[in-house]
Order: sequence, then C-alpha cells, then structure tokens
Amino acid sequence: MNLSHEWLKAFVPHALSAEEVRDLLTAHVATVEGFERLRADLAPFVVARVVETRKVPDTKLSFNTVDDGSGTLLEVVCGAPNVTAGAVYPFARTGTMMPAGFKIEKKKIRGFTSNGMLCSAAELGLGEDHAGILELTTDAAPGTPLLDVLPLGDVRLVLDVLPNRPDLLSHLGVARELSALTGVPMQLADGPHAAPAVDVVRDPRAATSGGATVRLEDPEGCPQYLGAVVRGVTVAPSPAWLRERVEAAGVRSINNVVDVTNAVLHGLGHPMHAFDLATLAEQTVVIRRARAGEKMTTLDGVERALTPEMTMIADAARSIAVAGVMGGEASEVKATTTDLFLEVASFDPKRTRLTRRALGLSTDASYRFERGIDPNGLVDAMRAAIGMIVAVAGGRLDGGIMAVGAGPAPRSAVGLRPARVQAVLGALITEEEITRYLSSVGFRVLRLGEGEGVEKGWRGEDVVFSVTPPSWRHDVTREVDLIEEVARLHGYDRLPDTIEAYRPTTVPDHPLFVAGLRVRDTLVAAGLAEVRPVPFVKGDDASHWRVTNPLAEDEPHLRVSLLESLARRAEYNLTRMHGDVRLFEVGSVFLGKRHGHSGVQGAGAIAEEVRVGIVLMGARHPQHFADGPPPVIDAWDAKGLAERVARAAFPGAAIGIEPAEDPALWAITVDARAVGTVDRVTLDAPVWASPAFGIELTLGAMPVACVAKPGESVHAGVRPASAPPTPAVRYRPLPTTPAAAFDLALLVPDALSAADVEQVLRTSGGEMLESLALFDEFRGAGVPDGMRSLAWRLTFRHPERTLRDKEIDGRRSQLLKSLENQLGVKPRTA
Amino acid sequence: MTLDEFKSAAEALRADGPAQVTAAATLDAWTDARNHLVGRTSGRLSELMTALGTLRKEDRREAGLLANTVKQELEALLDARHAELARAQQKGPAIDRTMPGRTTWQGTVHPVSLVIDEVVEIFRELGFTIALGPEAEHAWYNFGALNFPADHPAMDLHDTLYVDEMVLRTHTSPVQVRTLQQYPPPIRILAPGNVYRADPFDASHAPMFSQVEGLVVDEGITFADLKATLTRFANRFFGETKTRFRPSYFPFTEPSAEMDVRCGVCKGSGCPVCKHSGWVEILGSGMVHPAVLESAGLDSERYTGWAFGMGPARTALARHGIPDIRILYDSDVRFLEQFAR
Repeated sequence: MNLSHEWLKAFVPHALSAEEVRDLLTAHVATVEGFERLRADLAPFVVARVVETRKVPDTKLSFNTVDDGSGTLLEVVCGAPNVTAGAVYPFARTGTMMPAGFKIEKKKIRGFTSNGMLCSAAELGLGEDHAGILELTTDAAPGTPLLDVLPLGDVRLVLDVLPNRPDLLSHLGVARELSALTGVPMQLADGPHAAPAVDVVRDPRAATSGGATVRLEDPEGCPQYLGAVVRGVTVAPSPAWLRERVEAAGVRSINNVVDVTNAVLHGLGHPMHAFDLATLAEQTVVIRRARAGEKMTTLDGVERALTPEMTMIADAARSIAVAGVMGGEASEVKATTTDLFLEVASFDPKRTRLTRRALGLSTDASYRFERGIDPNGLVDAMRAAIGMIVAVAGGRLDGGIMAVGAGPAPRSAVGLRPARVQAVLGALITEEEITRYLSSVGFRVLRLGEGEGVEKGWRGEDVVFSVTPPSWRHDVTREVDLIEEVARLHGYDRLPDTIEAYRPTTVPDHPLFVAGLRVRDTLVAAGLAEVRPVPFVKGDDASHWRVTNPLAEDEPHLRVSLLESLARRAEYNLTRMHGDVRLFEVGSVFLGKRHGHSGVQGAGAIAEEVRVGIVLMGARHPQHFADGPPPVIDAWDAKGLAERVARAAFPGAAIGIEPAEDPALWAITVDARAVGTVDRVTLDAPVWASPAFGIELTLGAMPVACVAKPGESVHAGVRPASAPPTPAVRYRPLPTTPAAAFDLALLVPDALSAADVEQVLRTSGGEMLESLALFDEFRGAGVPDGMRSLAWRLTFRHPERTLRDKEIDGRRSQLLKSLENQLGVKPRTA
Repeated sequence: MTLDEFKSAAEALRADGPAQVTAAATLDAWTDARNHLVGRTSGRLSELMTALGTLRKEDRREAGLLANTVKQELEALLDARHAELARAQQKGPAIDRTMPGRTTWQGTVHPVSLVIDEVVEIFRELGFTIALGPEAEHAWYNFGALNFPADHPAMDLHDTLYVDEMVLRTHTSPVQVRTLQQYPPPIRILAPGNVYRADPFDASHAPMFSQVEGLVVDEGITFADLKATLTRFANRFFGETKTRFRPSYFPFTEPSAEMDVRCGVCKGSGCPVCKHSGWVEILGSGMVHPAVLESAGLDSERYTGWAFGMGPARTALARHGIPDIRILYDSDVRFLEQFAR
C-alpha cells in the first residue's frame, strides 16, 4: 500500500515527520518497507549564505560572494532583486540538474564567473513565485541539503499490509491508527472529501432514482450495492492536487472522473466505478451471475470468457463489468461522457477471489474485496465521490443514492479477560489501558457486571469486558485477537523480556536427525562435500510421483533415489571441467509408486524415506609430488566407504556388503535387512572423466500418516519412543603371547569367490586363527586362464603360550588339504 | 712417575682432548676419539690410571682426584658430541622444507547446514530437542490445523506445490501440530527441514529451501518468554546486538511478531543491505494461536506457547556474501570446498 505523507496529514493533522510516521507504523501497525521522497530531484540542492553582494550598475544583476559550505567561497551572479548579505538561500552548485531540465554550468557574465545559482521557489518547482530568490529561515550551516531544512514535497511510505488487515489498504484506515497512536483526532469532513448530504433510497432488491434503476439479482455475491447518477460533468485532466494524490498512491492520473474513483479507493478504501450512463441499455444496472458462454471485453481490452460462478454488473442487455474486479470497455468514461453512473459496492470476498483466480486478473479493487472492505462505509464513500466529482468535473447529482441489498450484519461482541491478557503477554496491562487502547482504534468496550459473561456463553467466569470490533475489522473474532490489539498498541518493545525457568521437553531427539548427523560427520571426515539439491527430477509417471503444478516441465517428478539428484550435480561439475567429485546428501525420497529399499509400499500413498546418497569419482587423494599421479576411485573405494557409512548410520548393528545381482555391485544389509546399494553411476560424462560410483542407504522411513485425528492427540497411554542406547563396545583382553603368521597364495577359479575360500580357511583354521587378510590378487604369468592367484596372510595366536613351528606347519598342511578336498583349490607354486 | 709428571700428563690430556672430540666429524671418528681418549684398554686416560699405581702412596689421592675430573670433563664433552652427531645422522640428507606436505581430501559441510548447526547448538543450550516431519504433507497439517482460513488471501503467501492428494509442505510449521499430537507438554522443540514454494529459481528465490521452526508449549508460557529467548538467541548468533519486535501476521500465531536485529553492516545508521532501515529481518514468531493447540487436542486455556520460524539460507547468503541463491543448489565442488574446516 502506497501512502502519501501529506494525504495522511489531511486526515490526521499531526506534527510528525515522515520518518516518525514510518517508525510509529512499523512499531505498532504494519511494517513500512519503502520510504521515498517524491521530490528526490531536489536532493542535490544545498543551503548557501550570501557573504557579500554588490549591485551591477544599470542592470538587475548582482555579483555575490557565496558560502556553500564547501570551504571555498564562490562567485555567483544573480538576477533577483532581493539578494541580501548574511541571508541564506537554496543554492544549485555547478553540475546540478534543475527541475526544469537544464544543468547549472559555470558561466561568464560581464567579466564575472558565476559558479552556481541562487534559486527562486519557481525554479525549484515549488510554486509560481518568480519575484525573487527564496529566502530561508534556518540556522542550518551552509552546505546542508535543502531537503533537510524544508519539508519539501511529499514522501511516499510503502506499507506492507498483511492479509488480516485490509482496513489498512487506505489512507483513512492508516490515519485511524495514526490518530490512535498520536491522540490527534481525525478530521473526516474536511478538504476535498467534503461530502454533501444526500438522500438514500434503500430497498433490498431494486431502486430507481435520477432516471436510473438498480436491480440486485445476486445478493449472495453482492451484499450491498450503491448507485448514483451525476449529470453534466466535463471530463478533463485533473487539477494538480488530485493528480498529486493519485500519483503519490502510485496510480497514473487519467482524467478527473477516473482520478476521483481512484482517490476514493486509495483514500477511503472503497473500490468504486464510474460508468458512462449513456452506454447503459435502459439506464439500468443489474447485479447478476454471468450467463453460460457469456463474454465481455474488460477495460484492458481483453475479451474474457465468463462462467456462471462469476458475479457481473450488467445493463438491461449485457454485462458491463466483472463485479469487484474490472469494468468493461464499452461503458468506460470517455472524453465525451457527460452523465455518470457511480457504483460503490460490497462484493463477496470468496466470490471475488474465485473470479479473480479464474480470470487471472488481480486489480486494486479485487485485492480489497477479497480481503474485505468496511461494509458500513459505503454511503460515506459514495457521498465523498459525488462531492469530489462535482468539485473537479462539474455537473450535479440527479436524485439520491440508490442502495440495494441487505446491508451489513451487526458485529457480535467478544469477551475479554484482563487476566488472560496478562497470561499471554506476561505483563500487567491495566483495565484502564486496555479500554483506552481498544477504544482508540474503534472498538466498543463495555465493562460487564458479575456473571454477565457467563450468560453470554463466554469461557471463564472472570470475563470483564464485552468488546465489539468496528465494522472494518474482519480479523477480530476471538479473545486472542483483542490481546494482539492490546499488545501492539501498548508496543511490543515495551513488553517485558524476562527469561523464565522452564520444564524439560518430553520430546526425544528424532532418531533420523541423530543418524543423519553421524553419517554427515563420517562422510565429511572421509573427504566428501555435503550438497542440498532440489528433489525434482525428470523421472517418469510409472515410478515417480508427479508434481501437479511443476515449476519446470523437464523436471516434474519427485525423486525416488538421491542418486537421481546427485548424478545431475556430478554432471554439473564435469561440464565445468572438474572431475574430482565426491558429493553426498542426507535427504528425502518419495516412494509408493514402487518398492523402496525397505520394502515400503503404501496403498497409493506417498511413502517418504530419509536416505544418505553418495556419488564418488576422480582421484583417490590429492596428488603429492613425492608419489606421482594418484590412482582413481574404484569400486573398492565405494565398497569400503559404504561399510563405513553403514556403521555410522547403524552403530552396533551387523553390517553386510553383499554381492548384488548383476549389473548392480553390492547390497548393503543391516542385521540381514537390505537397506541400500553400491553401484556404478551412469553419467553424461566427457571422455576424460573417470568412472563414477554411487552409494545409497536408507536411514529410515518418515511416516506421512496422520498422528491423530484433527482435534485429537495420542498422549494417553503412548510412551514417547526414545532411541535405544547405542550398544557399548566390549573390551577384549590384549594378547600376552606372540603371534605366528604365514601367507597362502592360492589358485582360485574365477567362478569361485574369495568369500567361499575364506569360509573354508576360517572353519579349518581352528580357534587359534586370529585374523585373515586378503592382500593380493594376480592374473598373468604362471596363473592358468580362468583362474587368479589370491594371497592371504593368516595370523595365529595361542592365548597362553608361544606356538611352536611344528604346530604352525601342521596347521598349514591341514588348511591346504581342506582347500583341495572341499574346493579343489591348490596353492600357487612359484 | 712423580706427581708432577702425572699432573703434567693429565693437564696435557685435559688441554688437547677437547680438540680431538670436536674434530670427530662422524660417529666412527667419534668412536676412535673416545677410544683414544678414555678407552678402557688403550686410552690415554687408562694409561694415566695405570700410572696412578706407580705414584707415592701420599700423592695418589690428589692425582686420583685430578684424573677423575679430567675423565668427567672428557666424557661430558664426548656425550654432547655424540648427541650432536646422532642428530645430524638422523636428519638424513637435506630436504627442501618449502615443499608441500601430503594431504587428504577435505570434506565440507554445506553452508546452509553450518547455519542450521549453529542455530541447533544455541537452542540445545536452552533445552530444545530436535523434531522432524515429512516433506510430503497432508494439506490439513500444512494449512487447516494451522488456522489458515480456507479460500483466503492468507493462502496467497504460500504458493503451494501439490502432489496427488498431498502438498509439499510450504513451511516447517506442520511439525508443530504433529509434535503436539504425539507428545504432551512441556514441549521445547526445534524442527529444521526443507520446505517448498511454487517459486521458480531466480537470484533470490528457490522452489525448495530450508527452514528452522521452534516451538515451546507449556503452562504459563508468555510473550515475555518469546522475547527473552529469541533475543538471547540473537545475541548468541550475531554477537551482542539489539533486537526489535514488530507486529506481523501468521494465521497460526497471535500476537505475531517479526524479529529484527541491528544491521551488522551499518550498525543501524542505514545502508543498502538493510534498505536504509538500520534493521535486518531475522525471523517470524508469535504466541501459538489457541486454534492450533485445539487442532492437536490440547486445552488452549491451560496451555500457552510460542513459535518461530527462520530461513537459514538467507543467513548463509548474507554471512558469506553469496550473491545468488542458486549457487547453494548448483553443488559446484569449487564452491563447496570454500567451506572446508
């Protein structure tokens, strides 16, 4: 909402500066988010003092020595008769752009160099006074900006009006607040809003006056409709005061009639419309629903398809305006218009909203009707409009105001307990203060007798006040709404801010948050970078949920795997010639259209899972000069990292990284439950890129089911499920005896897995086999085709004594025998 | 041997011994020098010791003391020299110590997560735990339970993305209602998470961004608690600062308030960062609307509470001087690496 500082002052003649108004509104009403001096063109002008002046004989000119605060005295030639030594004037330094559109330049006049200009009011665009330069009454030092000294021009304040306060969408509404905050009374009937006393012809359905008829056929879409006929107007440009008003409100000046309608909208908060009466068939206005298939061209020249859900303003033949949204082109006021039909109405907020959305057409009018106007202010707005039109466009009112519709329903009162005010705000606000605050912004406050509140059905026996909101405050329906009024008028900054003792929360940390942090720490320590991409992917309808109203048609689906997002992020880096990509994300996937890792399958419902996803490619570590080029990340890096991240996610659980079915690499299991995968990632990658690997692990489901029915809880009987304590690591006694180790290099057929060999080694190794470590794989010379050489180091230890060589040799022969018998595996010989 | 002869031999050893020790440039040379000087079998000192027996009995004590002093002096010199030589040998061949050390890849936490971490840490000190909720949410949790009037302009502040029967939550506030339905008061929770709006990407908008929600519900909670706790947070998070509370509107809080802090760039005198107001908006807050408590089946007469919500991405952009929010989503490794710790 654009507010004119001067216009506000016309409603409330306060003595505050625009800055003070800004701070007051922001602290108590709504935030002023914009502050603009409309005469910003005067910003370069400064105050200057004439130190010495000398008349030039036989001319009007004077040569002057001027102090402009720059430290150097300037010579300035002036043609005005009233230059006085010691006086201060507005001064334009050389280079200043004058409001008239020319630049002040250094000039030679009669042998004097003139370095700037002492200005008259007219030269500053402040009036018609050319008689002399503008003498200032100020003790400001030379060099002070002129705008700091004179309240020159208007200031536009941009108020951020939130949906609950449509009453602030007018100067009148904001002025009410300023009046309450400053104690300066409103002066409504003053100035250009002087409103004539007018007859009002009331009828629920139809009224005729001044030769025109109004008929209400859609009382649901239009609770009140006012019409009036003004004849004999002259459509012309607006006078300066009216033009300045609407322009200060941010509206383009069109002509005197249209400008009046805009002045009423921005001044009083009532959208209104002026029709050219001559264009209305049978001089009749009907408020009705649109007919099926009906079309109408609006003021913006667009032909609109209408539906029967929309309320229209029509004449006897056809629609002439979309009610509460925009007028029609055919009935528009033109230069030749002489007779007007004026409309001030109240249209239903929901109907207006529906129509506005259906037409995709938001206007100053629809914005206000959607939020709700003051249903009691229509007649005043119409009278103000008539008064202003007659004042600026001539003509006269023909007949009276036609008012059809039921009129506003009376507001019901709300009970208020001062004790509750204190309970919510933590401050004692006296009954006297409460009464004063609420009354100051139009609430009717009645102190109740004992028990009267209970009779009215209000909660609590200590209701003290019955408070009736003013007709313009649709947002106040509950006690807490009144408490907010008291709080803001008292001032949030004046309320106490003492920290009180608190009781501990019943809510345990969410286990997925805790697991996510553990995983993140592990991966950051492993050299990966966390990312937070959006979850929208290309996907397909068969397996992905589709966003009904996607932002980008090429990515309309929600991901079912974090790797879908991470792969795109990896490609983003590759296109920037960066091949060392190690990214991870802890985030949600959206399943239900197919099975997830943990087998979640909702019956047509979205199943959300929180997962960790990883993509890895490039060098295994940074290059060091002593080592030569580093190797690139391979599948074994991915497998190792998968195990590490699974341990971090599920501490104490049995982690397995099992070969998966081709072409996948591994499945990650936790306590034998599949929770993730390790895989190759196919990227749109340049030739120089190294292979990419992906790891994805489900941390847990994020249930979307409702906790309880609306208005209910599951507190009774449900114990908060807290995470079980992480199993503690058990201490193993440190060995006191030496170990004995030997290596076994075996020829293993490709079809046989290392795990199969290890299985035999473990079972045949006996109790004293302490560890088993695969340390080499070799193919080539000396190894038959279809086989590989695998080498393990086996370490044995007896808990109480040193093992004898003979025992170790015996164990070795026994192992080789078992391998040969059970697997047909032989040792590799030299 | 006379005492004088013994003394002059001992003094001779004392005089030229140190030079021999210093002259030993390698450990081998040192061993030779030691053997020559104090060696048990053939050293000059052992010669003196042998000669001690040839002295008169009454001279032996004086001579013995002298020999011992010389021995201790030489051994101290030899020990020091050995240590020197050993150190030199350990150092091995000279290296160019200006060359870089061996490193590993540095992992990084996303700048938005860094902000969330810090917020979480501060509120943990104030007794808050962490709650989470789904991103695909029921419209009731996202709007109805939070007192959004149906078909009302308040909905226009939440351009919503829809999926099937659900919405992508437009704020983290649904976690308030889920938590209140699940757990009885006292409640002190923080709910970080991703939220969605139908805003296409541009320099200052993203269709998904993170939010941190806070909720306190118990008997006797007041607006004074809200102001005190959030001011405390602001002073911890931004360093000593001033806060300002302004009237605002959220359907699910009343009274509602925006909290500003003093602009860190201009310290309140006005600059482009704070749009010349001297204040920077940090979070929205308010007393939990009784209708929200009632949505969760709580007695809104018995319990009161307050809530707040803030956007860590905005803080991250301001804090690090990142000019475009899309950079946070691009995941350019060269950007992420700047946040290595």
